[in-house]
Amino acid sequence: MRHIISILMENEAGALSRVAGLFSARGYNIESLTVAPTEDPTVSRMTLVTSGSEEIIEQITKQLNKLVDVVKLLDLTEGPHMEREMMLIKLRATGTGREELKRLVDIFRGRIIEVTASTYTVELTGNSGKLDAFLEAVGELVILEVVRSGVLGIARGEKGLRA
Amino acid sequence: MELTGAQIVVQFLEDEGVDIIFGYPGGAVLHIYDALYTQDAVKHILVRHEQAATHAADAYARSTGKVGVALVTSGPGATNAVTGIATAYLDSIPMVVLTGQVPTHLIGNDAFQEVDTLGITRPCVKHNFLVKDVADLAETLKKAFYLAASGRPGPVVVDIPKDVTAARTEYVFPKSVKMRSYNPVVKGHTGQIKKAVDLMLEAKRPMIYTGGGVVLGGAAEALTELTRELGFPITNTLMGLGGYPATDPQFLGMLGMHGTYEANMAMHHCDVLVAIGARFDDRVTGNIEKFCPTARIIHVDVDPASIAKNVKVDIPIVGQVEPVLRQALRLLRESGGKSDAEALKAWWDQIGEWRSLDCLKYDPASERIKPQLVVDTLYRVTGGDAFVTSDVGQHQMFAAQFYKFDKPRRWINSGGLGTMGFGLPAAMGVQFAHPDATVCCITGEGSIQMNIQELSTCRQYALPLKIINLNNGFLGMVRQWQEFFYQGRYAQSYMESLPDFVKLAESYGHVGMQISRPEDVEPALREAIALKDRLVFMDFLVDPTENVYPMIPAGAGLNEMILV
Repeated sequence: MRHIISILMENEAGALSRVAGLFSARGYNIESLTVAPTEDPTVSRMTLVTSGSEEIIEQITKQLNKLVDVVKLLDLTEGPHMEREMMLIKLRATGTGREELKRLVDIFRGRIIEVTASTYTVELTGNSGKLDAFLEAVGELVILEVVRSGVLGIARGEKGLRA
Repeated sequence: MELTGAQIVVQFLEDEGVDIIFGYPGGAVLHIYDALYTQDAVKHILVRHEQAATHAADAYARSTGKVGVALVTSGPGATNAVTGIATAYLDSIPMVVLTGQVPTHLIGNDAFQEVDTLGITRPCVKHNFLVKDVADLAETLKKAFYLAASGRPGPVVVDIPKDVTAARTEYVFPKSVKMRSYNPVVKGHTGQIKKAVDLMLEAKRPMIYTGGGVVLGGAAEALTELTRELGFPITNTLMGLGGYPATDPQFLGMLGMHGTYEANMAMHHCDVLVAIGARFDDRVTGNIEKFCPTARIIHVDVDPASIAKNVKVDIPIVGQVEPVLRQALRLLRESGGKSDAEALKAWWDQIGEWRSLDCLKYDPASERIKPQLVVDTLYRVTGGDAFVTSDVGQHQMFAAQFYKFDKPRRWINSGGLGTMGFGLPAAMGVQFAHPDATVCCITGEGSIQMNIQELSTCRQYALPLKIINLNNGFLGMVRQWQEFFYQGRYAQSYMESLPDFVKLAESYGHVGMQISRPEDVEPALREAIALKDRLVFMDFLVDPTENVYPMIPAGAGLNEMILV
């Protein structure tokens, strides 16, 4: 099963490689991983998407907790939460297809953030399924380049992850 | 007072209570060596290879419970130390390794003797640090010692660039340190311990299985009390030997791949398994699918990640082993409950039957020296009171099977990583910690050659080690597997062109002996042990065809042992 794990880490050089190294050394999957500073300059927050049996996820969270740089950790998938991913996608936009692409972008509530004579660059935010659906809708033929942020997640309501 | 980084390192070690470190100098640590030169509080032992420095520091820690310290230079100094760091990591040994690093402005430049020490050691340390600012040095060192010794212990590397050791700052010894991201559990959960006690009292066929955690956690006494109070049979892992007195009738011997028949059968057939400070390693469980099929399992460990890693556990208890066992003992006494005497009697009868097979028997009348005879005799000659280090292979298993350790911290071996070359430098570390003790290194002609250069260190410091070389002319354990599983194709397991170990020992200034007849084993050992102030290298020419029995073949369950 897919899990989204949020991690608060000491903002130290090498902290990211400790997490990445743990996953490769122990043979765990990483589907996506994002890391950035937070409102507290001493910690950075990592969102990690992984998958595995309950036993494996339990080991992953225990092993992550064991890392000295990990301050706190929350498996978002254990409770109500929201997830978002952002995608920048460059599309071939010529001829009659140009108008059709614009309509698709509107349907998916994306924004065209750059226009050239032959391309559109689109910004799209949503859960990963929505981004996948958009890629499928526009079709491989017009896709020139795709950049995805990886998944961000946050728990609903009062529950949170603070250092 | 204002000190240089190098002076801070040395002053800190003194303030932390470190009286001995093992190391090897080099460019990046010259300032530190200069600071060592001008004081006497911290004694530095010059080894002949950095791997030996880490093994010696590691064994010093194993035999004392204190943090072992090694000091090596950058680049090759650090990479040579890696095997020793990994050895300590796999056995959870508290150790701090100080590595020199090129000056900060050269880091990342492929400078002379530069390696990414942090990157290389990351997967085999509990934690590591690069000190970029001399102002952080003292606190970082304090953190390193705190991390190494607390919770589940382990090695910590502190990488110190040369310019940091030259820079000056105000030094104050940090008496304590707090890390918000590191809060090891001490006491176990009372409710869980209560449940565990209740389950133990319900048991009809109980079994206690304990590992290195009992030794490391200083819990041998509490374990012994609890085990005797309950009247349960007990087994130790390779790392756990000495955690319970081996001569006690409740002790069934070591378990696992080369454990005793009675220990493994009792594991397989038990209905309640009490695992304490052990981690269900593959060498212990055999085929995990067939492991303890009828048992409900209690698992006490300081590391939550060890629990439910390999087997499902019914009652997990996270906490330091000693306080958990003490609390269990208290709850047991308060409850007034007693073990099921009738069921226990039937269980002991069954165990007695397994025991009567005498699975460790060997031919003492053999014309060739049996390796078992040597260890057996050593045990008698030393009165079971020696510190014994070993290397890795058949001799290690014979030592574990035949030397009966009644006390913890006497059996020093590389159980997790299985590092050949560990035994001799480890014996040095033990002898420095216990100058008046008899320290024996049981080794083989393969392993001993992996750190033979340390005979020179032993000479320099006049270490009266007793080296028992079980020389069968083969990499014995490799040969045994090749005999069993590769139809006797002995690929590269034959040791040709061996040195004359007697002359070799003599050339280093030690006493050498070669023993080839069984009747000479005991007199030779007695003579060697009596030579209190000399290192004696005893080269025992043992039966090259001898195998370690019993054995659980790979993929088999604990009840499927090969006996002879």
